[in-house]
Amino acid sequence: MDIIFDVPQGLKVNPPSADNLYDVAIIGSGPAGMTATVYCSRKKLDTLLITKDIGGQVLLTSGIENYMGYQYVTGKELSDKFFGQIAQFPIALLSDISVCKLKLSKGNFSLSCGEKKFSAKSVIITTGKRSKELGVPGEKELLGRGVAYCATCDAPLFKDRIVAVIGGGNSALTAAIDLLSYSTKIYLINVADTIQGDPVLIEKISAAGGSADFYGGKKSGKVEIIFDSEITEIKGEKTVEAISLKNIKTQQIRQISVGGVFIEVGLTPNSEFVKGILHLNASGEIIIDCNSRTSVPGVFAAGDVTSVQDKQIIIAAGEGAKAALSAYRYLLEKK
Amino acid sequence: MSVLDDKVKSSVKKDLSNLKNNVKLILFSQEIECPSCKDASSLAEEVAALTDKISVEKYDFVLNKAQTEHYKIDKIPAIAVVGVKDFGIRFYGVPGGFEFSSFIDAIKLVSSGDSGLAQKTKEELSKITKSVLIKIFVTLTCPYCSSAVKLANRFAIENDLVLSEMVVATEFPHLTHKYNVFSVPKVVINETVEFEGALPEEKFLEQILKA
Repeated sequence: MDIIFDVPQGLKVNPPSADNLYDVAIIGSGPAGMTATVYCSRKKLDTLLITKDIGGQVLLTSGIENYMGYQYVTGKELSDKFFGQIAQFPIALLSDISVCKLKLSKGNFSLSCGEKKFSAKSVIITTGKRSKELGVPGEKELLGRGVAYCATCDAPLFKDRIVAVIGGGNSALTAAIDLLSYSTKIYLINVADTIQGDPVLIEKISAAGGSADFYGGKKSGKVEIIFDSEITEIKGEKTVEAISLKNIKTQQIRQISVGGVFIEVGLTPNSEFVKGILHLNASGEIIIDCNSRTSVPGVFAAGDVTSVQDKQIIIAAGEGAKAALSAYRYLLEKK
Repeated sequence: MSVLDDKVKSSVKKDLSNLKNNVKLILFSQEIECPSCKDASSLAEEVAALTDKISVEKYDFVLNKAQTEHYKIDKIPAIAVVGVKDFGIRFYGVPGGFEFSSFIDAIKLVSSGDSGLAQKTKEELSKITKSVLIKIFVTLTCPYCSSAVKLANRFAIENDLVLSEMVVATEFPHLTHKYNVFSVPKVVINETVEFEGALPEEKFLEQILKA
């Protein structure tokens, strides 16, 4: 039995104060936000960290094998280690907050988070991404009734069931791996005609007895891959019972009986709250320059919410450090 | 074989070094037809061995009927975490994985008797005059579930009418089926209010007041 327990020692975090003008407000505490917090704290900046949860998307990653210094670490363990590091500093922490409004006010920034308001001289946005929805009939109605977005959390509930994983990237492959120990059969359904995920994950599925043919899309093993297909509907009265698929090349529609659908079709940036304030790209990501600056002076951004091409924990952490150092330089010049 | 490794034991020992009042882990189990009872028992004993403030009391689910009824235990393995009084905190199934942190948190909670909730939340909870049973279905691989359990336990600390039960979904398939648990954390309050996800304090409280 796995036991997960890691207590940050010597916590110094404080509740935030509405009367204070913080040097920097960091929004989001995934790897980018937490690294930015450490860098800001070490520069002795008066730092406010506002976040929904501690860890961000890393929490949803069961195992990480490409963060330097660890051959293997769980997402929760890594995020606890990050938090342990930021908690050594006397930062102000506001958690359980999902949306804040950002406004420019007299050369500084005001943040309204529910009933609470805070001010800061600079802002670092590290709000990351969240799972993209398919937008098909049945998806919303059957959410929590067989439609799932967190394989790490929910895979054990699909013991002895046939499930479908929608997507072909690393998240979809990881979900299939999480499900291998529980489900009797896994359909991996991808709109493209190849799998985009890392070969190392493909090997893992094959090694675990799910010897799917990832290249020809043939039936074999526990995992069956269906290429060129999109979901048109998730069906079920009380719980998920079936999905309808359309082959985008032949237009043929078929129905498959499944007891669960894990949607892993990519991510959407948590940037709605700065729409109209900062320049965003077509995907909704915050456009930043090579020094993490956004289109508004004094506002910096890092990690998966930005236009930086590769979304990786180690890259987000590095970008967080860059954003913090850029914010520090901005504050020095502003003085 | 030990359930907790040396590294975890050392962290827990440090974490529990400042317990205020004594804590009893009251374990309900039985010899047969309970594959995880042995692990639950080892876990409770190994945690208790880390500080002299914690003791373990063991009861047979069937033979010790009086205690089973007194603590309102309806399935096993069960651990009631009890301080100077019974605050109404129960763990059904083995609180391993991510739930180990909510188990340790519950020990600290009942020992201090301080929920740490916002003043406004405490005031609202003090107005509750009927029994509120909060069931939280979890999996041990769910990183969000422990925050829902920790919060429900805090509600239980504030008002004796509030009972908080963590239920490991995979250990009780009949309940998983009955409550249609396909996503965790799944919270069921008084059989009338249901929701999925770890809500923040104010929102969770709203759901309790609705039930």
